[in-house]
Amino acid sequence: MYPKDLRYSKEHEWARTEGNRVRVGITKFAADRLSDVVYVELPQVGAEVSFMQPFGVVESVKAVSDLYAPVSGRVAEINRALVEKPELINTDPYGEAWMIVVEPRDLAELDRLMDAAAYAAMVGEATS
Amino acid sequence: MDGVGTLRRTPLYEVHRAAGARMVPFGGWEMPVQYSGIIEEHLAVRTRAGLFDVSHMGEVELAGPGALALAQRLVTNDVARLAVGQALYTPMCTPEGGIIDDLLVYRLDDARLMLVVNATNTQEDLAWIRAHAADDVRVIDRTAEVALLALQGPRSLAILQRLTPTPLETVPYYRFRDGVEVAGRRTLVSRTGYTGEDGFEVYCAPGDAPHLWSAILEAGRPDGVLPAGLGARDTLRLEAGYLLHGNDMDTATTPLEAGLGWTVKLQKGEFIGADALRRQKAVGISRRLAGFTLEERAIARHGFAILHEGTPIGRVTSGTFGPSVGKSIGLGYLPPEHAEPGRRVAVEIRGRAVPGVVTKLPFYTRPQPAPA
Repeated sequence: MYPKDLRYSKEHEWARTEGNRVRVGITKFAADRLSDVVYVELPQVGAEVSFMQPFGVVESVKAVSDLYAPVSGRVAEINRALVEKPELINTDPYGEAWMIVVEPRDLAELDRLMDAAAYAAMVGEATS
Repeated sequence: MDGVGTLRRTPLYEVHRAAGARMVPFGGWEMPVQYSGIIEEHLAVRTRAGLFDVSHMGEVELAGPGALALAQRLVTNDVARLAVGQALYTPMCTPEGGIIDDLLVYRLDDARLMLVVNATNTQEDLAWIRAHAADDVRVIDRTAEVALLALQGPRSLAILQRLTPTPLETVPYYRFRDGVEVAGRRTLVSRTGYTGEDGFEVYCAPGDAPHLWSAILEAGRPDGVLPAGLGARDTLRLEAGYLLHGNDMDTATTPLEAGLGWTVKLQKGEFIGADALRRQKAVGISRRLAGFTLEERAIARHGFAILHEGTPIGRVTSGTFGPSVGKSIGLGYLPPEHAEPGRRVAVEIRGRAVPGVVTKLPFYTRPQPAPA
């Protein structure tokens, strides 16, 4: 459910370090809670995002949720596939449904996030 | 009791929990909002069949020689046109023409009617009905004595037919039959629904509901029937252009404004709200409920502003993503000059004007069966 190589925010985003960039998405827990994601609003490439500030919106039939940046920096890539296929967020939250790639200002911010075990404990599940 | 101690539960509560349903409070009841997922359940109803627990709906029986006259006075549609075994859809209005509730009226026999009302409004409706009842009619709240299952979708007839000796093709749309044996239990079977698909609503004793629920799901397994929750019920009804009381209409809106003019029978004789509706019809309405389709998938939620060239002209009353139409759709009241299909509108979503177009209702019409 929660890959060991990711860092997790309390707002249910994950962050994966890839060299000097960070890929961001939402967790399986968040996707399941939303269920049936039908719309995603992402920032423009080049936009600045700030640690634990909203960078976008994810919407399901039932509810709308803000997306929070797990790291500050400049948006280097966005996942345009999600505009047409937002349901990927439900089927592959850690893979095809990544949301943005950030060029971070301060990678040490990731230390303030949780590891998989702490996140699983927060959402009340045992790590598999 | 987790703060939900006052919520009522249907006889299928344990069945829903065991099936992994997500339960939510709705109209004073703890109801399943989804099982496998809203879109999956929605598509099952459109292409195969879905089974809903709608036991939260209120059932009010009017019994006695004055039953028909009372109903005629309370509702805008013409109950006198109903044959025994027939049902109709109607608003019930205030003297000002505001919609207290929308309901189905079943003519059970010459001196008995059953009104099926929204869960949210059951208590208010009962008080209103009782306040207008004379001595020649009894008003009986049957809500706790009646459970209601809705089997909806193109495979409904085939599935339900496996469980009953009654030939169901002899029950046409908006007709019903009482005393139908389904899976060995006595029920009232009605060819009605709230999804835009063919289907049946099965009224039964609460104690029989779990057995009937399992029997229908079992009989429909080869067809791919799924249990479906309130989430899918809402996306289905909105695509079909059906209104939800409390969202799309209330006591501040009239049936003429809500596009329900076809249910207002001003010629039938006096009824509560007739004068106001007659006047409004003569003067003309200043706003009308209209459907709209957006060019993006963002959802127009209840209360969002509807814009014309940047100026607010109305508010969204219902909005969702329509899984079968593949678009963001909604309803809202607009000035008549803006309510014509094809007119450009926008909905303000999180500070942004998302463009759209006024769309003729319903958004979705089921394909007609191919000729045999």
